[in-house]
Amino acid sequence: MGKRIHVTTTINGEPVEFLCEARQSLLEVLRDVLRLTGTKEGCNNGNCGACTVLLNGLPVDSCLVLAVEAEGATIETVEGIACGGHLHPLQQCFLEGAALQCGICTPGFLVAAKALLDKNPNPSERDIRFELAGNICRCTGYDKIVRAVQDAAQRMAASR
Amino acid sequence: MATIDQPRSETAGKQYKVLGTRPIRHDGADKVTGRAIYTNDMQLTGMLHGRILRSPHAHARIKSIDTSAAEALPGVLAVCTGADFPDVKDKIAELGEGAVNLAHLSANVMAHDKVLYKGHAVAAVAAKSPHIAEEALKLIRVEYEVLPHVLWVLDAMKDDAPLLHDNVYTEELGGKQSDKPSNIAKHLHFEQGNVEEGFAQADIVIEREFKTATVHQGYIEPHVSVALWNQDNRLTIWTATQGSFTARQQTAEVLQIPVSNVTVVPCEIGGGFGGKISIYLEPVAAILSRKSGRPVKIVMSRAEVFEGTGPTPATFIRVKLGATRDGKLVAAQAYLAYEAGGFPGGVIGPGCMCVFSCYDIPNAVVDGYDVCVNKPKTQAYRAPGATQAAFACETVIDEIAEKLGIDPIEFRLKNAAKEGTRRVDGPVYPRVGFIETLEAARNSDHYQSELTGPYRGRGVASGFWFNVGLKSAASASVNPDGTVTLVEGSTDIGGTRTTVAMQLAETLGIAAEDVIPRVEDTDGVGYTDVTGGSRVTYATGLAAYHCGLDIIAQMKERAAILWDCEPDQVEFADGTFTGPGQSATFKELARRLLETGGGIVGRASVDGGGATNGFGTHIVDVEVDPETGKVTILRYTAVQDAGKAVHPSYVEGQMQGGAVQGIGWALNEEYYYDADGRMRNASMLDYRMPTAYDLPNIETIIVEVPNPKHPYGVRGVGETPIVPPPAAIANAIYRAVGVRMRELPMQPHKVWKAINSQE
Amino acid sequence: MSAATSAYVFLPRIRRVPSPPTPQLAAEIAALKDFEYAAAATVEEAVSLLAARGDSARVLAGGTDILVQLREGLRSVDLLVDIKKIPELTVLEYSPETGLKLGAATPCYRIYGDERLRTAYAALCDATRIIGGWQVQSRASVGGNLCNSSPAADSIPALIVHSATCQIAGPSGVRELPVEEFCTGPGRNALERGEFLVSLTFPPPLPRSGSHYLRHIPRNEMDIAVAGAGAWLALDESGRIAAARVALSAVAPTPKFAAEASEYLVGKAPTEEVFREAGELAKKVASPITDMRGPAEYRIHLAGVLVRRALTKAAERAQSGY
Repeated sequence: MGKRIHVTTTINGEPVEFLCEARQSLLEVLRDVLRLTGTKEGCNNGNCGACTVLLNGLPVDSCLVLAVEAEGATIETVEGIACGGHLHPLQQCFLEGAALQCGICTPGFLVAAKALLDKNPNPSERDIRFELAGNICRCTGYDKIVRAVQDAAQRMAASR
Repeated sequence: MATIDQPRSETAGKQYKVLGTRPIRHDGADKVTGRAIYTNDMQLTGMLHGRILRSPHAHARIKSIDTSAAEALPGVLAVCTGADFPDVKDKIAELGEGAVNLAHLSANVMAHDKVLYKGHAVAAVAAKSPHIAEEALKLIRVEYEVLPHVLWVLDAMKDDAPLLHDNVYTEELGGKQSDKPSNIAKHLHFEQGNVEEGFAQADIVIEREFKTATVHQGYIEPHVSVALWNQDNRLTIWTATQGSFTARQQTAEVLQIPVSNVTVVPCEIGGGFGGKISIYLEPVAAILSRKSGRPVKIVMSRAEVFEGTGPTPATFIRVKLGATRDGKLVAAQAYLAYEAGGFPGGVIGPGCMCVFSCYDIPNAVVDGYDVCVNKPKTQAYRAPGATQAAFACETVIDEIAEKLGIDPIEFRLKNAAKEGTRRVDGPVYPRVGFIETLEAARNSDHYQSELTGPYRGRGVASGFWFNVGLKSAASASVNPDGTVTLVEGSTDIGGTRTTVAMQLAETLGIAAEDVIPRVEDTDGVGYTDVTGGSRVTYATGLAAYHCGLDIIAQMKERAAILWDCEPDQVEFADGTFTGPGQSATFKELARRLLETGGGIVGRASVDGGGATNGFGTHIVDVEVDPETGKVTILRYTAVQDAGKAVHPSYVEGQMQGGAVQGIGWALNEEYYYDADGRMRNASMLDYRMPTAYDLPNIETIIVEVPNPKHPYGVRGVGETPIVPPPAAIANAIYRAVGVRMRELPMQPHKVWKAINSQE
Repeated sequence: MSAATSAYVFLPRIRRVPSPPTPQLAAEIAALKDFEYAAAATVEEAVSLLAARGDSARVLAGGTDILVQLREGLRSVDLLVDIKKIPELTVLEYSPETGLKLGAATPCYRIYGDERLRTAYAALCDATRIIGGWQVQSRASVGGNLCNSSPAADSIPALIVHSATCQIAGPSGVRELPVEEFCTGPGRNALERGEFLVSLTFPPPLPRSGSHYLRHIPRNEMDIAVAGAGAWLALDESGRIAAARVALSAVAPTPKFAAEASEYLVGKAPTEEVFREAGELAKKVASPITDMRGPAEYRIHLAGVLVRRALTKAAERAQSGY
């Protein structure tokens, strides 16, 4: 075992401290150390988006972030998207619109789509397809994912 | 998203309460909150992490393996090689969809004396962390004697080709064997009518050759297994598999232990598409667990998934079709050579059966070859073997239609397979819905719309898949609140918990939400075949239906007790039991079970022999950039006969997902090999599966020609939609820029070159 | 995104079909050995860490290339020096009078997200918008893209056409280098032991100037350029080309400044004919290889097409004041 480094972060609104090796990715630490297994590993080199989390509000591939780099950072994972007893509109629209089949890419899509709607509350179909190009889904052909994000945007606008 | 109901059968037009609605899937909340447990999410006390050493050579003999330095590394608890695997004799094991020679399976899981492809497993390590395990791999010394390799099916068929196996002989029809060992493991031959006479009648004969590249299923979840070989000699395996029972069978056979000693727990599975039926990691994790006394998890890297698991084969296909001037196909001939990969047993069989399966052709002959090459052992990929064959056949069909001046859909309608058509390999079709998909395509808004603009073209192609039945079991217990817990054994890759539960709900006259489906491990449910062959909604749904009938029969007895009458005086319809002067809804009666003899469990085990075929027709508009050769998909419509669309959203999802996999196969996906037999693009970046930004919305038209052999008319839908896209796109490219593409993938540089070599 | 998978790959090669036994090469096995991590607070601290460790230390900016290379066994380090916490490394200072100063670790999203830069340095914004997906753009920097020195790097042609200058810190202070002299080969560059890239400076935008970067890729996003072209031009008051710069990526061992094409454009009218000729001239600097991204002849052809298209759009932007 290499030398352990102490890291202090905020994850899903709660202060979290952990020990890690320098070589460990944020993805590894989230999953194996902190047991936040909702964030998925698909390729481990930044090409599929399954491990997307928000780092200081920006979507990143957590496999391409060293856990030590998260010192002082704010992290949001799929586990933090629902608030209290309610699903986020994106989660609800994914369910109603059958926007998932196997579900392994879903956490990454939800986190990236949330970042998109935070930045652009009324994205066009093209905007959605462009901004979510870093997330690969092999089951759905994307159609229902794009529509679910559009539906969620509308619902969020209506409740604003 | 249109649904076209074809009221041509006794089950058509039936009014359903649950089927055809779109309830939220039962496992949905878990999957959007990150709580669903996939195999890689398993954490067991004391769990070790395994890693696999893989061959850097495409073909080599293993002279020696020295693992001593790896074993000595602190943190390493076990190392294994092929020497740790029992000697498995040649024996064919049926895996539901396909069969496997167990000796080959064992040698594919871990090379024993020879490596047959780059990426072939040669040793494995279990350590306290994945990083330590990787470091240990670097300490293993393997001496290889490198052998010449062969990477392309036609090269491997030559007499002087490097030979992969000295004990594989060409098996001819009727069991005859070649005199000397060969890379050609099998020659298939089917025929009907008289092709020579057939071609003699033809006014037009076109013969073309096609090549397709090796492609991968591309599921996002890498292969992963966790094994615990307990001190009582019981082995538990959590694994990403399409079939827990076939994983149990393969693992037990490879390890030579009784099947009853093994429990396979299917976790949620992140995609499979046929690639997660064969085992890879399960026995390796098991041996490492036995040696270390600890649970062991092995996760493949993405590169290992590409290089060490089964893609679907590269092929060479020649198709010759003859038709009369008025557009009737009279003769067909096909030659198909499919790569099997490092071991025999590829997907040539279905390739041969599917090549002409859409058409009524009186005279046809098909020859197919299963050929070993130094690439990973190929596996099923969604309608295995059919997409390559359809690319060839449907492109020639388009060319004939064009030369005869007949609309491509009209041409297909003139020749469409229908009830009573004999397929070249023998079977005669029952009621099928091909004509209905063609009519729906012809009448669609897409086909009726005008496509304008330079370098744009519209293509059409059709596709076929058998759809299989196979075995499924289920049980269901009635809860006092009137809900029903359903236990099934089909791993749920795309929402089948819900489509199966909906059929039970329909049978019982309750809401879909009142059925609580559970996918159980191999000790918790009766034998169930793989999730594959488009069979789960059909066959496991059939089991659920029979569970429902069993429950109704038992509840009638309880009603009879309460109402003091004979059970056969109790009727059940629309969710209500009625007896002499009495009635009770399902829920009302459920509340009183405990006072009438206890809980009720319904059970069923079916061997679904009544599965029938699925046909689809796709329409695509493309635009080609003539300067770069790049093809843009402008509009896409998939039409398919689903029999009965149990949950239309998930039927559409299968059609859209299959179409997009087919689009990727058509345009960019391939295994790119260098001369040394190394795949150079073994990453998600360079393998280039489609992203959302590469596609338009995929329009769907569901046709419903019910399967008369299923109580609800279900046919299965998953596989057919991958079959038409490459041919449809090739046909569209031709209409756009006048070049016929006969090689997959049709990357920009190939299209550019084709445009530039035009007259 | 991995530069390891870009047009020129520096993988250890396996010998072909020798008959005597060949031991498996340890380099074949990707094993990420542990390393030290240091977040430097100042340029001086980073220089001293890098100078002390030499080749066994590497700079960590966005990490989107280096982490992949380490994991795939293509590089090995004992120390990663995180430079993102040095204030100068993440600056983005712009004024129409003095131009742009960009910290080497400033992530892509901040560049294309800055309205002012979209007209002033359009090609740079084009390039940073298409490096990887959004997740990569949140982390990856132009400085990192330059130091990774992939022949297919999308930002480098943009840097070249914008006449960017590198500020390099090292044991003997800070030196400057024109960006087109930075890359020396696939994965190689002008950085010496102990040196690292601190910032890039760009001259202020000229009136009536416009620029564009585009690439050809088989997918529409998330891909490595088969060929890429950047173009910048400034028009005089009569609408003729007063100055121009053209650069290419993925068609040579390094991104290339196309000097002859650039010079040819000066004094010409911005017509399709002229741009086509410039494309032909630019092809002269292309010396691509045939690999999985496409055959060499195709990439040379693409160079001409992309240069013409880049110039056309750059001219449109110059004319419209984009």
